[in-house]
Amino acid sequence: MHKNFNIGKWKSTIDVRDFIQKNYTPYDGDDRFLAEPTKKTLELWAKVKELMEQERIKGGVLDIDTHTISTIVSHKPGYIDKPNETIVGLQTDEPLKRAIMPFGGIRMVKTSLKAYGREMDPAVENVFKYRKTHNDGVFDAYTDEMKKARHTGIITGLPDAYGRGRIIGDYRRVPLYGVDFLIEQKKEAFKNYVFDIMNSPAIRQREEISEQIRALEELKEMAADYGFDISIPASDTKEAIQWLYFAYLAAVKEQNGAAMSLGRVSTFLDIYAERDLNEGKYTESEIQEFVDHFVMKLRMVRFLRTPAYDELFSGDPTWVTEALAGIGVDGRHMVTKMTYRFLHTLTNLGPAPEPNMTVLWSPRLPEAFKRFCARLSVETSSIQYENDDLMRQHFGDDYGIACCVSAMRIGKQMQFFGARANLGKALLYAINGGKDEISGQQVSPAFAPITSEYLDYDEVMEKFDTTMEWLAKLYINTLNIIHYMHDKYCYERIEMALHDEEILRTSACGIAGLSVVVDSLSAIKYAKVKTIRNENGLVVDYEIEGEFPKFGNNDDRVDSIAVDLVKNFMSKLSKHKTYRNSKPTMSILTITSNVVYGKKTGSTPDGRKRGEPFAPGANPMHKRDTKGCIASMASVAKLPYEYSEDGISYTFSIVPAALGKTESERYANLIALMDGYFNEGGHHINVNVLDKAVLLDAMDHPEKYPQLTIRVSGYAVNFIKLTREQQLDVINRTFHERF
Amino acid sequence: MEGYIHSVETCGTLDGPGIRYIVFLQGCVLRCKFCHNPDTWQLNAGKKKTVHEVMEDILKYKNFIKSGGMTLSGGEPLIQADFGAELFKECKKHGIHTAVDTSGAIPLNACRHAIDEVDLVLLDIKSIDTNKAKSLTGQGNEKALKLLDYLEQSKKEVWIRHVVVPGITENYDDIEKMAKYLSKYSVISRVDILPFHKMGEYKWEELNLKYELYDVQPPKKESILKIKEIFRKYNLNAV
Repeated sequence: MHKNFNIGKWKSTIDVRDFIQKNYTPYDGDDRFLAEPTKKTLELWAKVKELMEQERIKGGVLDIDTHTISTIVSHKPGYIDKPNETIVGLQTDEPLKRAIMPFGGIRMVKTSLKAYGREMDPAVENVFKYRKTHNDGVFDAYTDEMKKARHTGIITGLPDAYGRGRIIGDYRRVPLYGVDFLIEQKKEAFKNYVFDIMNSPAIRQREEISEQIRALEELKEMAADYGFDISIPASDTKEAIQWLYFAYLAAVKEQNGAAMSLGRVSTFLDIYAERDLNEGKYTESEIQEFVDHFVMKLRMVRFLRTPAYDELFSGDPTWVTEALAGIGVDGRHMVTKMTYRFLHTLTNLGPAPEPNMTVLWSPRLPEAFKRFCARLSVETSSIQYENDDLMRQHFGDDYGIACCVSAMRIGKQMQFFGARANLGKALLYAINGGKDEISGQQVSPAFAPITSEYLDYDEVMEKFDTTMEWLAKLYINTLNIIHYMHDKYCYERIEMALHDEEILRTSACGIAGLSVVVDSLSAIKYAKVKTIRNENGLVVDYEIEGEFPKFGNNDDRVDSIAVDLVKNFMSKLSKHKTYRNSKPTMSILTITSNVVYGKKTGSTPDGRKRGEPFAPGANPMHKRDTKGCIASMASVAKLPYEYSEDGISYTFSIVPAALGKTESERYANLIALMDGYFNEGGHHINVNVLDKAVLLDAMDHPEKYPQLTIRVSGYAVNFIKLTREQQLDVINRTFHERF
Repeated sequence: MEGYIHSVETCGTLDGPGIRYIVFLQGCVLRCKFCHNPDTWQLNAGKKKTVHEVMEDILKYKNFIKSGGMTLSGGEPLIQADFGAELFKECKKHGIHTAVDTSGAIPLNACRHAIDEVDLVLLDIKSIDTNKAKSLTGQGNEKALKLLDYLEQSKKEVWIRHVVVPGITENYDDIEKMAKYLSKYSVISRVDILPFHKMGEYKWEELNLKYELYDVQPPKKESILKIKEIFRKYNLNAV
């Protein structure tokens, strides 16, 4: 099994990184070695595309198995077209048929079924008369204040009714070691988890390890149903991909997680491919075929979700994020032929939002690879880029990205996903004495509102600071409840079985409305902002007199407000005691929820009117960045990653013609842009190279654009799967198109 | 030294090689019918800034413009030739490549000092036929062609730019004449063919100016290809 691999400590203990570092072959060449799709691939993909079209026509869901509660072994093997499939395995017994996963919340399943005109099976419902879900647990413990904050939307998107996700199992362990070895290791650990005092952390840990072992047994059973014995290590490339996919498949059968990332598998798999190529076991074309088929499966991962969820995180995303490339701690880059093969699926199968292809960029990556990425970005708008030089300092060289921008060491770290707090609303609470500007309800403890006609910067800042203090505490406490209950009622057995026992946990908080708040504060500081009150004295609108600097123009007068805000809120989060002693972190990421956040937030002092969308992630507000996109990037790059370690998302959209006159100029300019942005300390960038006219046409003729993919804050979506409101938001967003 | 600045673009990719910081200066002597920046025409308007202030801002982008540089555009930037000359000198001190985007409508003796400092001249030839140039812009092409002679003499790199306006400059005989004429110059490293577009029309409306080209549509792709072929025939690098 491990024949011709360089031996290291990975052989005796679980250490996938060691295996990779001792065995991988960096590839400096270009893309000419890549193989075209095989006949099998084309036939298979045509079938999948047809199924996806039917899914779209049926309103987004092809079919639901309403009778079976999904577990690792709940469904019989399913196939798309068995003779053509080189990599097998589906979540249910039929392609794109969605399963129900009620342990996060039976209510959410019920609402989802109703939305798609289906009934809950009474037998399933009956189970939950006797068995509690995560959602039930959370609401048993929430305080009134938490419920109020959730209701008004100052904290939104909390994973309190569904799977929290953002956990990446180290799926590579299954092909490298085989499941039996993993079970042995867990049993060994279990034996050692005996302490003088059996307190709740120790008891919980023991129970969890037992669950993990059970899940690993089920994983073997599931694979056996498909006719594979994965108790032993994989023997070649095809098996390595198949074993790895089974491990991932078990995770998406067990958990309807908000983001179910894949990790960092390509360079690991390349080691098998290199060996097989050298030994003449497989040809390049065969290996590409395995990869194409694997990626097809990843594109077919489906969860049953509610329309309300879709409004927040639009386009049916699953965040099967795969981190590619990067540079090793020893200075060798980690681009392999397999990195190319993964990205090449965007050509062989066409553009797609999943898997969420994430290139860990460094200006030191090989030039040929950079050019390859630039070309694919221009052609497909399906890739996101993240700063490897920045993250390597924090996470080493074997980290993956959960969801969009959350880096974590694979198998050694997990996060408690916490969605985000609406700082735009928090600013309005500061002005209105803790009352909600829309409902008038007292949400935070009452304090004296601002009564002056014109806003005074120091007075606003003082009250805003107090409001953020309150919000940070409430936020962390809310997350503590959520994650306590998730561990208790909806534990990720298989994903955690593919982690070490001792891991780093983070409480991943987030903020929305950064640029709204920053521009508001700038307006108050540098211009005059007049309050407009309703009959109850509540400030409901603002008038700005004079000019003020705006975030996104590389102007330190306002960018420094942004930097201070990030540091300030993060410092406030750090003060509080967290569940399982997790480390509080923060992200500046909204996904598509910037639209919903805006909807729920009154007019703000920056001139944004009630209901208008926020900018996504860390983006400057629409059309306020007037000095061109590099000024905009430079402002975003100033935000301190050290205080926002869970990621800072920036979405960049440009029309092809504005990127350069010829193709090769466009690629070179895009590379220079990214090198520049990351050298400045930027963390993440979505790259869209699109004509507005295409998007407008796609709104009216979705059938013509089944694979039109665009990047939004942190992930990619099928443009035609967005709600109309979100489509308009994307189109209205600053498109850099100056001529 | 102060200049009148219309605006800046930090991500210019079309006015010279690589990514460029573009300074749009205020003021123009021509009145091109197809102008997409009529808001830059007025002299002595815009924001007044010193060379030092502009330079300070440019330097913030050094990481991005390493392989590109700075382009002075407008309006007609050589109206403010003193300012341009100073700015080019400062850029040179910091190792930043410079370009000027000019119509060549300023007499050479008024702008030679700026031209001598710049690395690359983007010279817009509106029409090889001076009468047509005059009806299109208000001035004949003599000064521009004189500038080109000077650039040849002083061995300064030139990119020619030519806007293709259907019904006016989309004339293959004129193009052929122009290509032939330009083929004698060794300093021309590239000819940028710029299809007329309608994205600046709204500015004419905002400024209450009379716009004559509402009915003119952008040229067809095939026509642009054909024009490029004509230039290539004369060994010019048409892009």
